[in-house]
Amino acid sequence: MNEQSGATKWIGQSVERLEDPPLVTGRGRFVGDINFPRQLHMRIVRSSHAHANIVSIDTEAARELPGVIAVWTAADIADVPPIDFREGPIEKLAPYRQPVLAMHKVRYVGEPVAAVFAEDPYVAEDAADLVTMEVEELPVLLDARDDPTEFSFGRDTEAAILTQGYGDVEAVFKLAAHVVELKLTSGRHSGVPLECRGAIGRYDASRDVLELHGAAKVPHRNKELIARMLNRAPASVQCFESHVGGGFGIRGELYPEDVLVCVGAMRFDRPIKWIEDRREHLIAANHSRNQHHHIKAACTDDGEILAIDDVIYHDNGAYVRTHATRVAMMTCGVLPGPYRVPGAYRAVCHFRLTNKTPAATYRAPGRFETTFVRERLVDAIAYQLKLDPMHVRRLNAVRVDEMPFKRPLEALGEEIHFDSGDYHALLDTTLNHVEWTRLNRELAARRENGEMVGVGLAMFVEKAGLGPADGVRIQVDTTGEVEVITGGASIGQGFETVMAQVAAEMLGTDMKKMRVIHGQTDRIEHGIGAHASRATVMTASATRVAALKVREKALNIASELMQAPLDTLDIVHGEVVIAGRVGGPSMTLGQIAAALGPSSKTRGDREPGLSAEGWFYADHQVYPYGNHLAVVKVDPDTGAVKVLRYVVAYDIGRALNPALVKAQIAGGFAQGLGGALMEEFTYNERGDPLASTFADYLLPTLREVPDIEILLTEDYPSPLNPLGIKGAGESGVNGVGAAIASAIDDAIGIPGAITVLPVTPQRLKAIIDGKR
Amino acid sequence: MKPAPFQYHAPKTIVETLDLLARYADDDGRVLAGGQSLVPTMAFRLARPKHLVDINGVTELNRIAVENGRLCIGAGVRHSAFETPVEDGPLGRLLASVVRHIAHHPIRTRGTFCGSIAHADPASEWCAVAAALDAEMVCESKVSGTRVIPAKTFFQGIMTTALREDELLREVRLPMLARGTYAGFAEFSRRAGDYAIAMAVATYRLKNGIMSDMHVAVAVGGAEAAPRRVMEAERTLIGRPPNLGTFQAAAHAARMAIDPLDDPSIGADYRRDIVRAMVSRALENAVT
Repeated sequence: MNEQSGATKWIGQSVERLEDPPLVTGRGRFVGDINFPRQLHMRIVRSSHAHANIVSIDTEAARELPGVIAVWTAADIADVPPIDFREGPIEKLAPYRQPVLAMHKVRYVGEPVAAVFAEDPYVAEDAADLVTMEVEELPVLLDARDDPTEFSFGRDTEAAILTQGYGDVEAVFKLAAHVVELKLTSGRHSGVPLECRGAIGRYDASRDVLELHGAAKVPHRNKELIARMLNRAPASVQCFESHVGGGFGIRGELYPEDVLVCVGAMRFDRPIKWIEDRREHLIAANHSRNQHHHIKAACTDDGEILAIDDVIYHDNGAYVRTHATRVAMMTCGVLPGPYRVPGAYRAVCHFRLTNKTPAATYRAPGRFETTFVRERLVDAIAYQLKLDPMHVRRLNAVRVDEMPFKRPLEALGEEIHFDSGDYHALLDTTLNHVEWTRLNRELAARRENGEMVGVGLAMFVEKAGLGPADGVRIQVDTTGEVEVITGGASIGQGFETVMAQVAAEMLGTDMKKMRVIHGQTDRIEHGIGAHASRATVMTASATRVAALKVREKALNIASELMQAPLDTLDIVHGEVVIAGRVGGPSMTLGQIAAALGPSSKTRGDREPGLSAEGWFYADHQVYPYGNHLAVVKVDPDTGAVKVLRYVVAYDIGRALNPALVKAQIAGGFAQGLGGALMEEFTYNERGDPLASTFADYLLPTLREVPDIEILLTEDYPSPLNPLGIKGAGESGVNGVGAAIASAIDDAIGIPGAITVLPVTPQRLKAIIDGKR
Repeated sequence: MKPAPFQYHAPKTIVETLDLLARYADDDGRVLAGGQSLVPTMAFRLARPKHLVDINGVTELNRIAVENGRLCIGAGVRHSAFETPVEDGPLGRLLASVVRHIAHHPIRTRGTFCGSIAHADPASEWCAVAAALDAEMVCESKVSGTRVIPAKTFFQGIMTTALREDELLREVRLPMLARGTYAGFAEFSRRAGDYAIAMAVATYRLKNGIMSDMHVAVAVGGAEAAPRRVMEAERTLIGRPPNLGTFQAAAHAARMAIDPLDDPSIGADYRRDIVRAMVSRALENAVT
């Protein structure tokens, strides 16, 4: 299926980003920049209790403040259902959905309990201050390993038990020569975009259309979800994406605030604007990653992993949000990663609720966590069996001759089929790049001299390009400008550039002629948005199909008008020419668009317009793969870790824009570094969040993030799409926790020391001093 | 994150400032200098002053000068003023090495030296320096005139000082360090520019290769409710040569002497360990 074209003009080039000019000249338009006449401002009153029965909420003083239009509690929006699951109703989980405003109980600090609508954002915040709540405190549950407690009458906090597996686990373990067992924890952290969330609801009564501005990530899906929740026809709800200052999977989900601005806009017949502040963001937007694994491997003497048995306690926070159990289910499916595990496999995930901010997807959901767990396990096997960790990896990794490799586990509802790749070759590339043997010798010599330095490596398989279908419409106007209308979303990743590159390549025109539309639900009926590393695989593939159709239409009419056989024509610089003939007849795409106009006499019986719709269909995801390698230095006096060197090797299949792929990897790495060493949402024993500002939630900055070395390979283009694309978005973050943990073990000379992420200086100091 | 309502006053002179403070101090009036601590605190509504007296327009407060063996730092002097040494001696160099640890450059161009002293965050670098050098705080009010308060009694606890509500911290005076004085600073924070978990400032002079009693100072900041000199550490240095063994003995003494803050994020024991490491490093880093 692969299209290995020769020289390309646009595809594969690190061209500059099409979207940058407004962003770097202060002309961007973020949700905070959008204003409508007569708009009201909304402020959310949030629970300061982690778990309590609501006795009463007093809104009187707030309502009396001049400039306040209304103050709502749950009773005021009794007709609005809890926020539903994106993929449709799930009966068993329905009772665990989050109400738009808390009813009867509050279950985490930060839960919306009331909404103030006022003429001015300052007044709204003043009024929110005046709302008081009387509660009966309830015991808090903060650790998913603890026994479940009551969620609501007759229901406990274990919302689901998820399992994936194959084979007879007990039988394999019974006969195994060795069993290696670990308990590991991935801390609670999340994507923290530079721009906080925002939403503006607007109801246009003249057209009976409800608009949500500030949408991101999945505007089309949110349009459907809002329509479903508010009992409106989908055609009467439109979502609009503006510039987005970072998404990372957490932004753009449908949250209570989005629903409130929509309901408010209809009730008051005035636009409602809500802009999140940073403290709110850190306690209200989705958290992620918090899992405890109790994992066992059954191995042979030479380190082959025959079976894995993992019990997972997944801390989902207070409610089940739009993703339902997706992260937990993915965790169960992707845990084995690149390793064969031929005998048996079982992952049992206790999907539990706690009195903390609800959790869902964050860049590489289920993979950052499982790569940490799996690679810790491989290191432990090597140590316990006195084997070389790289030998154990090579022995267990799926071989190139086993591709495509099918595994009876699922990710995002599809059976996992690794499409292509040579994991051993990439490992060789990584190890050769760093001169593995020499590097280890040098580090050992430095350790002899008293330095705590070490190296660690992680292997992983990513997944990307979830189908089943995405469509793009391309239309050329009479000046030759091209509109590429997608249902994708741009969260800063360079979406416009990549789509323009593909369309320009196929159409033989300048990519600067492209206007790439995304995130506007009134422009195209369907759209997958931007998540799960799908945009390039799905939307770029659909763009290719649409562009090729437009090309065919253009050449078809040009052949007649230029009186030249079709197979002699080509499109160069936006003009149809006779291939190879300089100074011969030509027609611009604009002239062709005019010739195809509805009332054009030259159109004949052709369908009007130089435009086409293209769809791309995918039965299976694609599976890019990579290695992360870290060299670290530990300060034994403080427990601080400095990353001296970091290498990411990644087979992308085909890089449409290598600079953008590398930028994705570098950005992902920075977030992984945060999760490995710094970022953690912690709580005190009462369930109060301790990390609700940037003084306590520590994002790595320019000073902490080293330059990284990226080995981008294109050895195994995916056979599942014509361009061979495999997806880039999540590869930089995937293995950071794993590689750094392994490097720290090596540095401090204590195998298996790191069992908890993030490795804070305080935790590490206790390990070094033997206090743990 | 929008502050509660307040009234804003913008005096042009010290006299006007003191007038305003006299009038509004009882009605929750506060001085606004660089605003790098106060404004975020107001945005969180943790502070809700009813009146802000903005001294940024009081140009007489911008002075920085050496007088009578002291460096006088007016209330309008920004952190960034110290990024290049303000005087060509050990003090100027010490201040230039310390200032790099205060937040980040944009913050340093707004925040003020005296603002940090008046705010008295336990993790303030300038407070630790003031404690180490026995700084003098010049406080002035309309009613009671000028008082000069030594660092030892000025810092009273977490964000608590001897400064009265109606007083302006007009100036801080740091004694100059004589040529030949060794001075060093070290702090540990999770990221560059963060509030430190602990820090240390150390000075000493040598007489015949021995640290002489007059000029030995070891102050610890960030670890306790207020920064202070740690006599137990200083005593271990006096009369001894400056070597790693001596420094580590002083560091150990400081570790034992302090009464560390204990919060849910940073335990007392860990903070003691950091104090030990920082005292040793401040002494090792000390240069003249």
